[in-house]
Amino acid sequence: MALAAVLATMLGQLAVALLAIGLAGRGAWAGSVLYAASAAAGAIATLAALASLLAAPAPPETLILPFGLPWLGAHLRLDALAAFFLAVVNFGGAIAALYGIGYGAHEPSPRRVLPFFAAFLAAMNLVVLADDAFTFLLAWECMSLLSWALVMAHHHSAANRAAGHVYLTMAGFGTLALLLAFGLLAGPAGDYGFAAIRSAPLTPWLGGGALLLAVLGTGSKAGLVPLHVWLPLAHPAAPSHVSALMSGVMTKVALYGLIRILFDLLGPPPGWASMVLLAAGGATAVLGVLQALMQSELKRLLAYSTIENIGVICVGLGLAIAFQANGMTAASALAMTAALCHIANHALFKSLLFLGAGAVLTATGERDLERLGGLIHRMPQTSFLFLIGAVAIAALPPLNGFVSEWLTFQAVLLSPVLPHWGLKIMVPAVGGLLALATALAAACFVKAFGIAFLGRARSAAAATAQEVEPTRLVAMALLALACLLIGLLPGYVIDGLAPVTRDLLGAVMPAQPAAPWQPIVPVVASRSSYSGLLVFLFIGVSASLAALVIHRVASHAVRRAPAWDCGYPEPSPLAQYSAGSFAQPLRRVFGTSIFRAREQVTMPLPGDLRPARFALQMRDLVWEGLYLPLAAAIGYAAERLNALQFLTIRRYLGMVFLALVTLLLVLALWPSF
Amino acid sequence: MPHGLAFDIAHLLAGGLVLMSFLLLYQVRLYAMLNIFALHALVLALSVAWQALVQGAPHLYITALIALVFKAITIPVALHRIIQRLGIHREIETVVGIGPTMLVGMGLVALAMVVMLPVTANADALAREDLAFALSVVLLGLLVMVTRRNAVSQVVGFMSLENGLVLAATGAKGMPLVVEISVAFSILIAFIVIGIFLFRIRERFDTVDLQALDRFRGERR
Repeated sequence: MALAAVLATMLGQLAVALLAIGLAGRGAWAGSVLYAASAAAGAIATLAALASLLAAPAPPETLILPFGLPWLGAHLRLDALAAFFLAVVNFGGAIAALYGIGYGAHEPSPRRVLPFFAAFLAAMNLVVLADDAFTFLLAWECMSLLSWALVMAHHHSAANRAAGHVYLTMAGFGTLALLLAFGLLAGPAGDYGFAAIRSAPLTPWLGGGALLLAVLGTGSKAGLVPLHVWLPLAHPAAPSHVSALMSGVMTKVALYGLIRILFDLLGPPPGWASMVLLAAGGATAVLGVLQALMQSELKRLLAYSTIENIGVICVGLGLAIAFQANGMTAASALAMTAALCHIANHALFKSLLFLGAGAVLTATGERDLERLGGLIHRMPQTSFLFLIGAVAIAALPPLNGFVSEWLTFQAVLLSPVLPHWGLKIMVPAVGGLLALATALAAACFVKAFGIAFLGRARSAAAATAQEVEPTRLVAMALLALACLLIGLLPGYVIDGLAPVTRDLLGAVMPAQPAAPWQPIVPVVASRSSYSGLLVFLFIGVSASLAALVIHRVASHAVRRAPAWDCGYPEPSPLAQYSAGSFAQPLRRVFGTSIFRAREQVTMPLPGDLRPARFALQMRDLVWEGLYLPLAAAIGYAAERLNALQFLTIRRYLGMVFLALVTLLLVLALWPSF
Repeated sequence: MPHGLAFDIAHLLAGGLVLMSFLLLYQVRLYAMLNIFALHALVLALSVAWQALVQGAPHLYITALIALVFKAITIPVALHRIIQRLGIHREIETVVGIGPTMLVGMGLVALAMVVMLPVTANADALAREDLAFALSVVLLGLLVMVTRRNAVSQVVGFMSLENGLVLAATGAKGMPLVVEISVAFSILIAFIVIGIFLFRIRERFDTVDLQALDRFRGERR
């Protein structure tokens, strides 16, 4: 039933895409109607998926459609895991489409966005529903190509074209790795149905190879270091609601692929896989957030922050494998629940933040934080909603980011019981990295919100910004509301995820108390517990009391006065604290080694009237150390091989001859023919 | 291991074909090369005919006849006339010296033996030797093509390579006539195509030395 409903909404999205090809240019109304239809389809699919998730433990629904490979057909399956990801995908998609109603009016070339947008949503749904490797890869590649088309929507800028190029290359690499992974999984019999793959266990070597290839393939889409390079280029290049979709939702679809292969298709994953995921996750989290801190462009900052969160989720998945491989099923269910919970949460608040950044972009035309400022006066609602997103992503209670990161740390704290000595050392170290990343993320979003929305406007555009349309505010408000609700009532989410962990791990977290005010308990009540509602009430009451006391004791009136300027009256708003200056202490601590940051101050000679100059140099070591040499090697090889196109006929004959003789030699010398 | 007369003669003829290939390898004049090629085809025809007699397969006589008529007579005569009509320089420029080429040729024959004999351990002796010799002839034909600059001598190399294929095909019992005839005709067609190309090349560039073509291929060499 739910599967049929989701399929119907996918057809609806495709119909919207087809209609959009013809109608999108006809005027603002057409775009609005189509975006509204897409949002409605997304909403229906979300409800269907949630209903299916809550109805579990019903048996999974399956369906075979008569297209795809002739002898295979397209197998679809809706189990608890798929239902959870469908809910995430379609909620994010519905909100992005709702936001698109307002956005579409400002889009100069709607035909380059709307058809691909709707088809992109359908493709992501199909990835989650696929139950054979062929359908999965087909949908995966459709998803990549459609999002590439969206990245290239504003292709007039050379930076966007470069981003599209890098994205296409990395997407091709990822699909290649997945193709090989499925090839290994299908085995010599070559049955690409997931049911057959599940029932046929692999040898440790083949399984390990498939596992590593799957991590590479899905990691390149999700943004695991060092495969993340395309993400901060491509996500900001797309229109903002598409950025929200790519960053908030598509990376989650990639993680779905990872979870599906690792926990479902491969059977119980081997213990060493946890080390791979833990190491990659820890490195990804810290490097992502440090890069985010260094950025001054809002959407780029958000994209790097996505990388950080993917790292956090991967650490959760790694912990789940580690506990499961050592027989600690309850702890493994906790880690998996934390990871899934963070997947949902990140989809919510990252979408919210990207939509907020899009609103700022529409209102001011500026992406650079150094040219924003003071927007809280001009766009109060957007500012408030962005603040909620920033607080949530900074993992402050009582919002949802705290819940999932707290659960992850609870799982980290269970690690001393692990019998494996390597994990015993590694997990606390990764936990330390995670704690560092979380703290830095808070600093990062203090910077993002503070520089963009507080202070005085740094440019004329920021000074004259106007609040965006109500539909966009509603879209953002819905996301903020979801953030708040999950933060206040995490127990229901944990219980809702129980069928998923039962399917994947055969274990569930302890049932959470039914009453909303009772705290959630990850392991046992004596160990740790947390009640978002109580924290929220405490914060609300104490803040109101403090405000009341201040206003009673100090003054009733609101006064507006010039900000204190340290006794140095400088009229230019550029003298304010800037994004670069906010990041400077952290850059000096971490950036000197990680980014090879070099600062250079050139002072004028005494009596010289020139201003002093400050130059900052930073390098991306992953890009320079891995990708540039790789590109250079490929270029060198291509240059050398190019000469083969211009040989003489006799040389070609000679090459055929040599190849033949070499093969015969191999045949003659092969020891056991 | 004692063998009968049938085996000895087949062995002699196949070995003679390899010998002819070696003769092809060190000819520096075009006419001499064509004569050797005619001899090559004649030995092939004899070898095929002997196989037909030994195997009791009358259709192989047709193959032998094709080899005799087309390869030993028609093609060499045609090539003679082409050379006369085009006034081609009769000395062949080789790329590598004759001595090293002969040494490489011996190496190739050794390679063919080493590859073929263990692979065909279960086949009967006649087919084994035949296959090994046939592979030698194929490899030597390729070597002729690689070491000559002149287009006509490359055609001859190609034809001798094909003779090796026919030897292999007839050596194995039960090869249907259709296969042999189709191979023979494809070679004939290839010969016609190459002949036409020779005229066109000559018409355009005033020489059949393939080096002259290189200047006209793409932006660099």
